[in-house]
Amino acid sequence: MSLTPDDVKRIARLARIEIDDAQAQATQAQLNTIFDLIATMQAVDTASIAPMAHAQEVYQRLRDDVVTETDRHAAFQAVAPAVENGLYLVPKVIE
Amino acid sequence: MPDASLSALAAQLAAKQVSSRELARQYLDRIAALNPAINAFITVDAEKTLLEAAAADARIAAGQAGPLTGVPIAHKDIFCTDGWRTTCGSKMLHNFVAPYDAHVIQRFKAAGMPSLGKTNMDEFAMGSSNETSYFGAVKNPWNTACVPGGSSGGAAACVAARMAPAATGTDTGGSIRQPAALCGITGLKPTYGLVSRYGMIAFASSLDQAGPMAPSAEDCALLLNVMTGFDPNDSTSLEREKEDYARDLDQPLTGLRVGLPREFFAEGLNSEVAAAVEAAVTELKKLGATTVEISLANSKLAIPVYYVLAPAEASSNLSRFDGVRYGYRAPDYASLDDMYCKTRAQGFGAEVKRRILIGAYVLSHGYYDAYYLQAQKIRRLIADDFNQAFKACDVILGPTAPGTAFKLGEKSDDPVEMYLNDLYTIPANLAGLPGMSLPCGFDGKGLPIGLQLVGNYFSEAKMLNVAHQYQRATDWHMRLPPQGEASGVRREG
Amino acid sequence: MKWETVIGLEVHTQLATRSKIFSGSSTAFGAAPNTQASAVDVALPGVLPVLNKKAVECAIRFGLAVDATLNRVNVFDRKNYFYPDLPKGYQISQLARPIVEGGTLKIVVEGEERTIHLTRAHMEEDAGKSLHEDFHGMTGIDLNRAGTPLLEIVSEPEMRSSAEAVAYARALHTLVTWIGICDGNMQEGSFRVDANVSVRPVGQAEFGTRREIKNLNSFKFLQQAIDFEVRWQIETLEDGGRIEQATVLFDPDTGETRMMRSKEDAHDYRYFPDPDLLPVKLDEDWIEAVRAGLPELPAAMQARFQADYGVSAYDAAVLTGSRALADFFEAAARACGQGKLAANWVMGELSAALNKAELDIAQSPVSAAQLGTLIARIQDGTLSGKLAKQVFEGLWEGAGEVDAIIEARGLKQMSDSGELEKIVDDVLAANPKSVEEFRSGKEKAFNALVGQVMKASRGKANPAQVNELLKARLQ
Repeated sequence: MSLTPDDVKRIARLARIEIDDAQAQATQAQLNTIFDLIATMQAVDTASIAPMAHAQEVYQRLRDDVVTETDRHAAFQAVAPAVENGLYLVPKVIE
Repeated sequence: MPDASLSALAAQLAAKQVSSRELARQYLDRIAALNPAINAFITVDAEKTLLEAAAADARIAAGQAGPLTGVPIAHKDIFCTDGWRTTCGSKMLHNFVAPYDAHVIQRFKAAGMPSLGKTNMDEFAMGSSNETSYFGAVKNPWNTACVPGGSSGGAAACVAARMAPAATGTDTGGSIRQPAALCGITGLKPTYGLVSRYGMIAFASSLDQAGPMAPSAEDCALLLNVMTGFDPNDSTSLEREKEDYARDLDQPLTGLRVGLPREFFAEGLNSEVAAAVEAAVTELKKLGATTVEISLANSKLAIPVYYVLAPAEASSNLSRFDGVRYGYRAPDYASLDDMYCKTRAQGFGAEVKRRILIGAYVLSHGYYDAYYLQAQKIRRLIADDFNQAFKACDVILGPTAPGTAFKLGEKSDDPVEMYLNDLYTIPANLAGLPGMSLPCGFDGKGLPIGLQLVGNYFSEAKMLNVAHQYQRATDWHMRLPPQGEASGVRREG
Repeated sequence: MKWETVIGLEVHTQLATRSKIFSGSSTAFGAAPNTQASAVDVALPGVLPVLNKKAVECAIRFGLAVDATLNRVNVFDRKNYFYPDLPKGYQISQLARPIVEGGTLKIVVEGEERTIHLTRAHMEEDAGKSLHEDFHGMTGIDLNRAGTPLLEIVSEPEMRSSAEAVAYARALHTLVTWIGICDGNMQEGSFRVDANVSVRPVGQAEFGTRREIKNLNSFKFLQQAIDFEVRWQIETLEDGGRIEQATVLFDPDTGETRMMRSKEDAHDYRYFPDPDLLPVKLDEDWIEAVRAGLPELPAAMQARFQADYGVSAYDAAVLTGSRALADFFEAAARACGQGKLAANWVMGELSAALNKAELDIAQSPVSAAQLGTLIARIQDGTLSGKLAKQVFEGLWEGAGEVDAIIEARGLKQMSDSGELEKIVDDVLAANPKSVEEFRSGKEKAFNALVGQVMKASRGKANPAQVNELLKARLQ
């Protein structure tokens, strides 16, 4: 199977990456060579195989419910593009 | 001085033959001299380095030194370092001064090892040539027309050129081992979960693992002693007894069973690389090892599996780079959504965007089962192959990369060609196994060739033992690249 | 055409933990913006989540309380979407393998008991807050709430009216506060309801297309929003229109629902298992320890109240409306040994006074022990019901203990029969007309005489005794 320029625009939209028609065309060609490579795994029969999500078969360790963090917003916001009154500023959100 | 081993440097510091400040100064001078041609560092801050070195000297004077206190090290720019610009090789973070230390950084600080700076890397660790860095390509010290490999290309190049006695790297699909091979140094990717990922900017969380890069296996063992250990801030960090990875270095190799996967010596492998690796096998046999042919039948699927799983995780991991809380924000935008789209289009480079798009696609509605789930299932088949193989052998041996360092620009227009570089390294990441690369010769153009060892889970000490014994019998790891004052054979330390 | 309403609810309950679900930041409400947003909460590069044990324990408590299946291995997934209050660009949630599946909750609507089935309950992290006050045309983002632990409880679409939906939401609210996993504070957003609403012609098997009303933070709004939405959907269909699946917001000012503008693209959340978090394992020992720590649940307590105290099913349901109320009732009932009387007082006089003063049972100025003593004094004849109300007022005002108030205000019921006989005789002598009327067959006149006696005794005579004496004198 191969991607169309519309597929490329759809996923670029999902990923919030601006892409124009010419870029979508070029990207489509590149992605298709990669998906040709990926397609080689489709032939493998994996019906009875459990997916492997982690490198180790261990379970989640749990943390005690203790407050350990202090207020560091000044340090964190020192590297922020736009802040005011302790808030991060973004272009107006419309609900 | 620049070509001394870590244990030699530590001994000189302990004997007060040199101070940490003096040592740092010498390496900083070397960086100033060589880095313009190599571009191995993104950030160097002599003042900070010398302050850390002074603190190390104080510790040594107070008799509170650890084994490597005062020995400087360079850190890959993927580790958040408090007060240091931490870019991950990206425009997205070109102005990001980290407000905290990664666990790995904390450990090296606690060990009293001053930082020489932040090394160059492929953007967000996505690349095998270091050409995707926003801060420019790194050049291979053995031939500056060639790539150093990637993504830890800056780390490998700075160690190869002895701009640092050692460096940290990270390895998601070969990013420690492949550049180590292409630059003629030793690098080790530990078992997944041994080194905390906290503060290491995530590429593919289930594959990423930090490890040491240095001239020799012995150096790597000492660095691994510093880096590993349980971290409550990383849920995937393993709670294990602390071990000394140098403990078995001097063990003889008698009876060692070396597994040779036939798939790693098949079509696609450069003949000079094959010859060097085979010569290394002969050398190990002389040291008492026996060989056994094994099969890793599903490893040929490692690249397709990897190029589904790693981009899937990356597409999600990189969503936080949205121009809201830190990093790059596009200068002009019409709305919130436009701000996101422009920030990410401008802040990420082409390869990163490509992988984000692949990842978004394979996880998207209607494709998840065919791509993501199928890849996770084959990942298990690949891991099972290794489990099977380790019933017959103690360590698996093969080439690290299919060829030696290639020319800058040679593969940068062909992603697939580039991806094939990681053919032999990716399987260990998928299985979570430790892997390492060590120098085993040179090709006709004088470029280094890397030998890969893959061990069973938690068998780092054994792998380091094998590598160290090999390095006692050979001098490939002591050869220095031709540039500058560093030429010549490394002094025995 | 006759229409049937179909409602399913998704309720976000904030779990009562001190720290966040994946970080050590405080969950306390009301702090200055971003002062409780740690490196993990603001999603700095490189940070990683570590799961809060208490959050898991709360989810186990809930699963046990609704008799659900607890998935012994459950998994966190990432739900990917971009929104400025979602710092990582994904929410950590549970999709394929939630911690709780199934379970039931009993509700009572118009005296009828119904069982509502739960689909699932899963742990997830809350998002931050967007502040829309104008910052030069910008929106401000506060991430203090980001990472607050939530249990999202999803019902089957089994409710058929807004009244049922409200009854379910109330019963759930009672339960989660009862078992101590949520403070239930709806103003602060600790209990938020999303309602999936559709309509279909009566008799049709398939569901209609649903619209989801987001973020309802009061039972009143829940009712109003559903009622409006149902009317709107029926009108739309009857006018020949179609319902499009949509997410809508309820505007309490207009009482109407409207489409959310920000949800323009069809969501594709690209869920996948979070590689930073390993599968969560629930040991049997842990589950049993949590079970052992569970309080008696509302349903069990209702049955016991009926058996032990003889209260009606309805009263038992009212009395277990909250754990505090149930505990109050039981303490009062035990103190006086009079369950039915205690129930009447708790649901009558006490509830009325609390409502009037807008107080919660926990803030009641009259303690359960005091109410118990008061009821005991009625039972032993010291007080008439009327006098008891005066004593209750004294208790409410903080005038002291029951017996002290009776003493100080002279409210003791007259027990000296000689004194009462004298009053009766005086009344009969003073009202010959009424005596005459009674004797000529006017029963009403008797009541007038009783009234006169009570008046003369300033309410302290025992009415039963007055009746008896009067009857004896008039025969």
